[in-house]
Amino acid sequence: MMLAVIAGRLAAALPTLAGVVVVTFLLTRALPGDPAAYFAGPAATREAVEQIRAQLGLDRSLGVQFLGYLRELARGDLGLSITTGQPVLSDIVARLPASAELTLLALLFAALAGISLGALAALRPNGWLDNLCRVIATLGVCLPAFFTGLLLIYVFYYLLGWAPAPLGRLDAFAAPPPHVTGFFLIDSLLAGDGETFRSALAQILLPALSLGIFAVAPIARITRGSMLAVMSSDFIRAARAHGLSARTVVIAYALRNALLPVVTTLGMVFSFLLGANVLIEKVFAWPGIGSYAVEALIASDYAPVQGFVMTMGFLYVLLNLAIDLLYRVIDPRMEVTA
Amino acid sequence: MTIDRRLVLKGTAAAGAAALAAPPFRPAAAQSRRETLLMVSENPPNSTDIHGVGANRPAYEASWNLYDRLLTFGVKKDSNGNDHYDYETLLPELAEEWDLRPMSVTFKLRRDARFQDGTPVTAADVKWSFDRAVSVGGFPTFQMGAGSLEKREQFVVVDDHTFRVDFLRRDKLTMPDLGVPVPVIINAGLARRNATEQDPWAMTWLRSNPAGSGAYRLERWVPGQEMVFARNDAWTQGPRPGLARVIWRIVPQSGNRRALLERGDADLSFDLPPKDFQELQAARRLKVISTPVENALQYIGMNCERGPFTNVKLRQAVACAVPYQRLMEQALFGQAIPMFGGPAQPETAAWPQPSPFTTDLARARALVAEAGFPNGLDTTLSFDLGLATVNEPISLALAENLAAIGIRVTINKVPGANWRNELLKKEMPLITNTFGGWLNYPDYFFYWAYHGQNAVFNSMSYRNPQMDALIDRSRFAEDRAEYEAAVKGFVAIAWADVPRIPLFQPNLNVAMQQSIQGYRYWFHRQLDYRTLSKTA
Repeated sequence: MMLAVIAGRLAAALPTLAGVVVVTFLLTRALPGDPAAYFAGPAATREAVEQIRAQLGLDRSLGVQFLGYLRELARGDLGLSITTGQPVLSDIVARLPASAELTLLALLFAALAGISLGALAALRPNGWLDNLCRVIATLGVCLPAFFTGLLLIYVFYYLLGWAPAPLGRLDAFAAPPPHVTGFFLIDSLLAGDGETFRSALAQILLPALSLGIFAVAPIARITRGSMLAVMSSDFIRAARAHGLSARTVVIAYALRNALLPVVTTLGMVFSFLLGANVLIEKVFAWPGIGSYAVEALIASDYAPVQGFVMTMGFLYVLLNLAIDLLYRVIDPRMEVTA
Repeated sequence: MTIDRRLVLKGTAAAGAAALAAPPFRPAAAQSRRETLLMVSENPPNSTDIHGVGANRPAYEASWNLYDRLLTFGVKKDSNGNDHYDYETLLPELAEEWDLRPMSVTFKLRRDARFQDGTPVTAADVKWSFDRAVSVGGFPTFQMGAGSLEKREQFVVVDDHTFRVDFLRRDKLTMPDLGVPVPVIINAGLARRNATEQDPWAMTWLRSNPAGSGAYRLERWVPGQEMVFARNDAWTQGPRPGLARVIWRIVPQSGNRRALLERGDADLSFDLPPKDFQELQAARRLKVISTPVENALQYIGMNCERGPFTNVKLRQAVACAVPYQRLMEQALFGQAIPMFGGPAQPETAAWPQPSPFTTDLARARALVAEAGFPNGLDTTLSFDLGLATVNEPISLALAENLAAIGIRVTINKVPGANWRNELLKKEMPLITNTFGGWLNYPDYFFYWAYHGQNAVFNSMSYRNPQMDALIDRSRFAEDRAEYEAAVKGFVAIAWADVPRIPLFQPNLNVAMQQSIQGYRYWFHRQLDYRTLSKTA
């Protein structure tokens, strides 16, 4: 039953993905900039540029280029990135875990902080905690993530020297842990390497924090609103009347029931964090797919941009599916159909 | 759902505090730290093969240190007492000596030289490498051609350790052109084993698998993130390098590169905005070395083939309207050499040399009227957004002064990826741009920037048969007096016709820890790891 739902959902996503393929292909071609001129080098003559254009296959018609692109896509070949000189697929496979690890940790932080803040604020509306929640939420939203990042680096690295140098996932003298999941925190623990784990954790803390702060606000607001509604509903009054402890009432009854809109928000926040990543990755020299796509875009390097958008499209489809399935776990009354 | 929220929060906080408090200094790492250089830059290398399609500037640096060339350049002290490569002295690298005849040169190769896989370096490897450079097209072929190295038949294997280059014509650039980054010597046997029928020059394989004899081998390369080099202890082509390892990390944000240097975590960086260099220089905690980039100029170019600037009076008016001194202060923070306010006629055959122009708005206004634009005119001023830190303040200040003489400009910011394409089209009426030549000869500069062959660097489409004749004469002149007369001649025409207005000679700035010794300026503006060392 569950499998049928998943299969049905994935099948329904196929037209979406096909649309993504066509749109990204056309969009990248519509960009200003000419990859042939860019890669022909500084001293190129017009003939040299044409020679490169032919080598890259850019002199053929859009239709022919598109068919070639589809043929390669069918073979799982996303093309070659000219900026890094590597196949796009291997670049993305190598960089996706870095982005995912950062985003998931940021989301974890944002969810913990946001749900606690929101729930506590709802218990005493207009109390000091509620006001604090409002202030944090406002600040978090109005400070752009990259600005928070620069500020944190300035304070914790440059002034105080507590945080390690913003040099990416590991400090320059540490070797990456043996590859299992691609998540350094998990891989280093699996390898039982405490030193690398500490290094990786120290490196990821500031970027995850800067990214997470941005996401605390919407989660806290939704939790608060949803908790307020639930707390004033009949079944909570009944639970209280039956003399259940405040702890049981709030956590087991109220919070669980208030979580449904929060999960929806989490899904939205996650997808939006993946996007906000781009700037944070730039600031912290984080080797993720966001910074990869931006650099490719600057060089009008088509293949990585297409690969990036494809990957993101695919991730969103999976994410939506996961959220729908999670609904059923939280609220078994939900109907999930293909 | 029984995870205690508070426990989780406490746990994360504790782990976080532990990680933050972990001392950055580790005794085990300290030992190797003294022999390791950590360099940070903005852009990553995209290849280790300088002949590859689209190999970028950082890739030239990788290639320079991973490979050897037949010969290299000597060293001299510049006016600040820093090491500066010397284009007048050629020194042996893979060749131990050579015999230069009028129409050929014969190299004796070192007998002890080995590639990093242990195979000896032979004349056949040299021939294969040079054949490759003149055959693959694009930048390497073009650069070889600049030294009249054009055909495979020119490269002759005499025996295993003797190699001859036959000249097509007598060209003073042939020998220096063998010392630029392009003619690297590749392990031909190894490369051939990794070539395919469609790819006979092993372009794909060599992109990420260096096959050279250089002083450094590639230890690790994570594209877009870092490149790690380790010393090749078997290298005998020069004095043993002082650094055992070089770690090159990509840090895209310039503020962070500065912070890393100031905190002492990174050892060296080139790419910082002029203002940061000025401040670092004033603070004196770091060593900042500024070297004028040889044979390079930032300039204002005016289209001589279409648009209003076909009128020479109008070009002269612009030359009188440029706020030269203000640009030096507000755009460059003094980090460049002024190239204006010189004598009316060239007195030396040096290049770059200051133009005779100075800011004189009254004269500029008169020239605009003389040119036949009593009501002024409208035009656009374009620049490369990729170099906006310098280009943007220049353009704004220039636009302000031009408005004062009746030339109303719209500023057109061209994205970096599109800039070269726009240059190639040669349609922009007014631009600011920079150009520099690897080989330090005035005629080399003028051949690309002013000659009627109309190369992309002649962004003004300037054509003048008199100018071309003088450039051609100087390029192949053997007599010193004749050469200097020709150079002064074409410089004088450049001042009279003003297709481009020189602004300043840019500096190459590098900031490093006080402990770093042996930095040497190279014409290719990349870092040579072989001369660097670190004091404790």
